[in-house]
Amino acid sequence: MKVLVAVKRVVDANVKVRVAADNRGVDLTNVKMAMNPFCEIAVEEAVRLKEKGVATEILVVAVGPKEAQEQIRTALALGADRGILVEAADAQPLAIAKILKAIVDQEKPGLVITGKQSIDGDNNQVGQMLAALTGMGQGTFASEVNVADGKVKVTREIDGGLQTVELKLPALVSTDLRLNEPRYASLPNIMKAKKKPLDIKAPADFGVDVAPRVKTVKVEAPAARKAGIKVKTVEELVAKLKNEAKVIQ
Amino acid sequence: MNAKTLSARDMDFILYEWLDACQLTQRPRYAEHSRETFDAALTTARQVAEKYFANHNRKGDENEPAFDGKTVTLIPEIKAACDAVIETGLTRAGRDYEQGGMQLPHLLSQACFSWIQAANVSSSVYAFLAQSAATVIEKFGSADQRQRFFQPMLDGSFFGTMCLTEPHAGSSLGDIRATADLQADGTYRLRANKIFISAGEHDLADNIVHLVLAKIRGPEGVEPGVKGISLFIVPKFLVNDDGSLGARNDVQLAGLFHKMGYRSSISTAMNFGEQHGATAYLLGEAGKGLTYMFHMMNEARIAVGTGAAVLAVAGYLESLDYARQRPQGRAPDNRDPRSPMVPISEHADVKRMLLEQKALAESALALCLYSAKLVDDMHTHPDASGRADAAAMLDLLTPIIKAWPSEYGPRANDLAIQIHGGAGYTREYIVEQHYRDNRLNPIHEGTNGIQSLDLLGRKLGLNGGKTFLQLLVQMSAAANAAQKNETTAELGTALQQAVQRLGTVAQFFATQKNVPPSALTANSAVFLDFMGRIVIAWIWTWQATTAANALRHNTADKDFYLGKLQAARYFIRRELPRTVQQAELLMTLDSTCLDMADAWF
Repeated sequence: MKVLVAVKRVVDANVKVRVAADNRGVDLTNVKMAMNPFCEIAVEEAVRLKEKGVATEILVVAVGPKEAQEQIRTALALGADRGILVEAADAQPLAIAKILKAIVDQEKPGLVITGKQSIDGDNNQVGQMLAALTGMGQGTFASEVNVADGKVKVTREIDGGLQTVELKLPALVSTDLRLNEPRYASLPNIMKAKKKPLDIKAPADFGVDVAPRVKTVKVEAPAARKAGIKVKTVEELVAKLKNEAKVIQ
Repeated sequence: MNAKTLSARDMDFILYEWLDACQLTQRPRYAEHSRETFDAALTTARQVAEKYFANHNRKGDENEPAFDGKTVTLIPEIKAACDAVIETGLTRAGRDYEQGGMQLPHLLSQACFSWIQAANVSSSVYAFLAQSAATVIEKFGSADQRQRFFQPMLDGSFFGTMCLTEPHAGSSLGDIRATADLQADGTYRLRANKIFISAGEHDLADNIVHLVLAKIRGPEGVEPGVKGISLFIVPKFLVNDDGSLGARNDVQLAGLFHKMGYRSSISTAMNFGEQHGATAYLLGEAGKGLTYMFHMMNEARIAVGTGAAVLAVAGYLESLDYARQRPQGRAPDNRDPRSPMVPISEHADVKRMLLEQKALAESALALCLYSAKLVDDMHTHPDASGRADAAAMLDLLTPIIKAWPSEYGPRANDLAIQIHGGAGYTREYIVEQHYRDNRLNPIHEGTNGIQSLDLLGRKLGLNGGKTFLQLLVQMSAAANAAQKNETTAELGTALQQAVQRLGTVAQFFATQKNVPPSALTANSAVFLDFMGRIVIAWIWTWQATTAANALRHNTADKDFYLGKLQAARYFIRRELPRTVQQAELLMTLDSTCLDMADAWF
């Protein structure tokens, strides 16, 4: 079975981002970039499926700037077999999902694994959109994945606890934090990854228009927290919560 | 809270902007490399450092290895850390592809190792020491020894040690008493008491391969001095022809040392041959033990320097973070008690302590990584003369690479404690551990006193003084380049004068033929500090030129480069001038210490 994994290049999770001077986004000058942590989990799951003999080939796809090759190479060093980069900086979730759909149509994977969301936009949309566009069943926020007999059983992390769904393959799984703990690229594998195939494509190759449909009006840093105060009585506290904070009626 | 270890930005500056690491990819050995593979290796090192080493830096300090008379207990995190560096290939980073390596330039391997050392210097000892010991067997061992011991050490299933020191002979290795007696089967029976043996006993690997210095006993006893010293392989378990483990050798753990710092690294007293003699195999030729051991010594000394430097950086970053978050007092020109307190990083004296740390720490790390690049040049420079020059330059600088960071790294850590105030004197903050860990570095792998004797007695006159002259020329050229730029002219001029000063003093020492050696060696420590200070001034001036050039194009990262320039100014204005006084003292061949009689103490 072929497994397709989508990965995204994002600001490294350890970087404290700052709002850009023009308030159009965050300042990415000289900022360390990395693979989206949820995508790392997706790659790891695919590699484990391959190690178990369930997956036979892992195809990793990124839609992003030219530099996103680095993240594909990382995935190849972790154990993926080949990569496709579709060069499109700042593509929005729907455009990314459409491009991925075209690749799914060509490649016909048995399973698609994505991160549940990327830590830059926090949209949590691509996986669901891709499932809808392709008509595949979706198991989102996965904390456990078992593939057997043409089906995948996905344990989902939902608000009230855990829910298990069974999907017919081909299907889409989006990963949550507890699904697995990703490994690190070993040094010899970093070199081997250089020899693995990586195709570079453009959105036009798939007939997808990546023009933005959502407009960012303004990006602002959250307001700084004000210093706290001590209240003398419970009554005073309740009064303040009612009248000043307006969080209770 | 995430431990502050190194600055990735500064590492990038050192590797790519200052030392131009990518230029190494033009050499055939590194042809498959690129910035991308370098960065990927650094990322793996950093992740492993954070996850498997930083996680127990404190725990390892608080739970030092224990010995109940039978077995040794280490905290389990150490084993996980060793496994992680072996599985990710970090211990074999520079080795050939065929050996499971990445053929990474030494510069990059050292940078990767820096992340591990900065996260937890004492746990980094085990797996990397094993690789050093392995390399000695690889280089000088027989085919059988390579098969039997080197191969499993390379893949990480055996670890190793280096056993030099004895209770009565540390710096003076010529006086060791360990003996080896030849047996009919060609092996030896070895008897020795060795102390301060790092990683001498543990259960992190299937076997421990000790490399032991000892003297072969002939009919007339042993040969005195260093010429009689041979090197032996003494495994904890004998190894059968098929590679399986055989009988337990006569190697016993006598006890542990309870150290001030560096506590995750077990330090042992080992008794070899207490019962019937330990089975030992001669490595290479008899009488060449010290030569073989010293083959690894340069690299070991660079590693010590780097360890000292990264601990200095870690302390600097911790205290910087603390100073920015700790409000205390107000600016001298604002006496209004109702105004909010300012972070202590705004007080001039705290800035002084931060800047001194930055000036000491970043240059020490830069010097060590520069020396790692010399290791690359020594092996892979396109022309033979370039290779020979790099080897000689490394030889000349090694005493400084080892001694300067280890002398001034703890000084930087001392300032980090001072910035923390009372909090820095408690064990709730890591800076006191940095200091204790770092305090080992002036001592091991040749004390700094030994380094100063090595510099003055052997290294200055290397190749008839040619290498020293090359260094002067190189430093002078860096001074020239700095003088051409308005921003750095002041630094260049000061360095130019200092280089002349160094030349004058060295010339003076070289021409003192009629004084006893003791008159010269009595000043070796001052000379080491004097020359080290000028070498660091060179590193700073050179980095300042790089930073000044970058400022012309890279305005986005202005603060980083301005910080470099300011640290360079600090060192040149406040630290370099001491060499004027040191030069005066050296030229008098001051004998105050030498003349001190024992009874006067």
